[in-house]
Amino acid sequence: MSKVMVVTSGKGGVGKTTSSAALGAALAQAGQSVVLVDFDVGLRNLDLILGAERRVVFDLVNVVQGDAKLPQALIRDKRVETLHLLPASQTRDKDALTAEGVERVIGELRERFDWIVCDSPAGIEKGATLAMRHADLAVVVANPEVSSVRDSDRIIGMLDSKTRRAEAGEKMEKHLLLTRYDAGRAARGEMMKVEDVLEILAIPLLGVVSESPDVLTASNLGFPVTLHNPAAPAARAYSLAARKLLGEEVRAEPAGKRGLMSRLFGRRAAA
Amino acid sequence: MPLPAHKRFSATTPPPVVHVRGRSFMALALAPEPPLAAWFVELDEHLAGTAGLFANRPMVVDLSLAAEEGRDAVLILLDGLESRGFRIIGLEGAPPELLEHTHWERLPTQLYGREAPTPVNAPLPRTGSQLIDGPVRSGQSVVFEAGDVVIVGAVASGAEVIAGGSVHIYGALRGRAIAGIRAGAEARIFCSRMEAEMVGVDRLYRTAENWGASLQGRAVQVRSDRGALRLSALD
Repeated sequence: MSKVMVVTSGKGGVGKTTSSAALGAALAQAGQSVVLVDFDVGLRNLDLILGAERRVVFDLVNVVQGDAKLPQALIRDKRVETLHLLPASQTRDKDALTAEGVERVIGELRERFDWIVCDSPAGIEKGATLAMRHADLAVVVANPEVSSVRDSDRIIGMLDSKTRRAEAGEKMEKHLLLTRYDAGRAARGEMMKVEDVLEILAIPLLGVVSESPDVLTASNLGFPVTLHNPAAPAARAYSLAARKLLGEEVRAEPAGKRGLMSRLFGRRAAA
Repeated sequence: MPLPAHKRFSATTPPPVVHVRGRSFMALALAPEPPLAAWFVELDEHLAGTAGLFANRPMVVDLSLAAEEGRDAVLILLDGLESRGFRIIGLEGAPPELLEHTHWERLPTQLYGREAPTPVNAPLPRTGSQLIDGPVRSGQSVVFEAGDVVIVGAVASGAEVIAGGSVHIYGALRGRAIAGIRAGAEARIFCSRMEAEMVGVDRLYRTAENWGASLQGRAVQVRSDRGALRLSALD
């Protein structure tokens, strides 16, 4: 049975696209057939992070408007063959998407894939509401800082009122993914702690991804972090989150685990 | 050198100062649909169930649907609304020539308003209180004029709760709570953890910087006491 998952946050720059790519790749590495759908029409990024920017011919807007067939627009990843991308259009804006068109495309994707991962644009306007509209579950990405947490809270309210599931009176499954976390700074009170964020948002925790240079390095090379360096702490956190999404019982590794040497010398952990 | 004409008075007596203040208020918006006779039957049934709630409320009438019925029908419609106690303050959606040479002509037809915030999905209660079983999220607005609001969960920063009576929050209050829209000074706000941005009872309000840090994070009640807002710890 296919699942539609929206990755959303309200605020921009918190790591939605990075997380969509990493979770999608991790699900595909676990043997699931996955399509990543970029809803950020006009500011597409997911193609770059997947290293597929030179293979885009047709996009989501073309398919929504009926100018191209779905298989023409889907791009299959060269590294994990069960991973696919439906890119956004860079030259259009969010108004090019229609509710009926998106519904039809999601319906077609449901017939082909186990997981449909919708990478939401920032904001609470049309693009974001269309991305969440048909979701069965949501991953809410937040950074440990007050503005991000409040925006995420707003998005959770919208997930509970504006989605198809919410309108039908069904429960909307929501998970928190805390990114750019720095355990050292949180311990020193310079950053919100995991517990603080959980207390405010009151949704279950899917994972904590530490602030790490690996993430940026991988993005710049066009790799989801789980493919580039599977041993990196950030990659492990995403893989663990993907296993949780698949229903496995997993115990979280402590975020920002520090090695003996860095403890001795009191330096920040390398990742 | 003689002063310019418009300054001469000010040399001796200061001119009176004209204060212009902005004000915003909530207007009800009605969009009557043809057939109008059936629409009035619906309206009267609705009014019978909410006695007095709409009396003397400012009202904006959207005529875009009713205008098709012609000028006479629109005039009967507007008179019918007025006779039910509505105060019509503006019209929308009607071509300007429709109401020419009638006493409705003077009403403004260019209104710049926005729709009121969408309320949280919660069943309307039968009793005089509304129960919200879960958190109120940032950006959401709970408005219940007919009585108390009870919330089992937190009220987030950027969320608001407005009650005709008292507000009871079994959780942290991090947003705004306003009590006593109807009940007045009798109403109170209770919360099990005070981290609010603003609280208000019966037209009195205070923002967070105006109460002591000693109350932060504690169970608190807020009430109106002889014309002043009083916050006190409950624990």
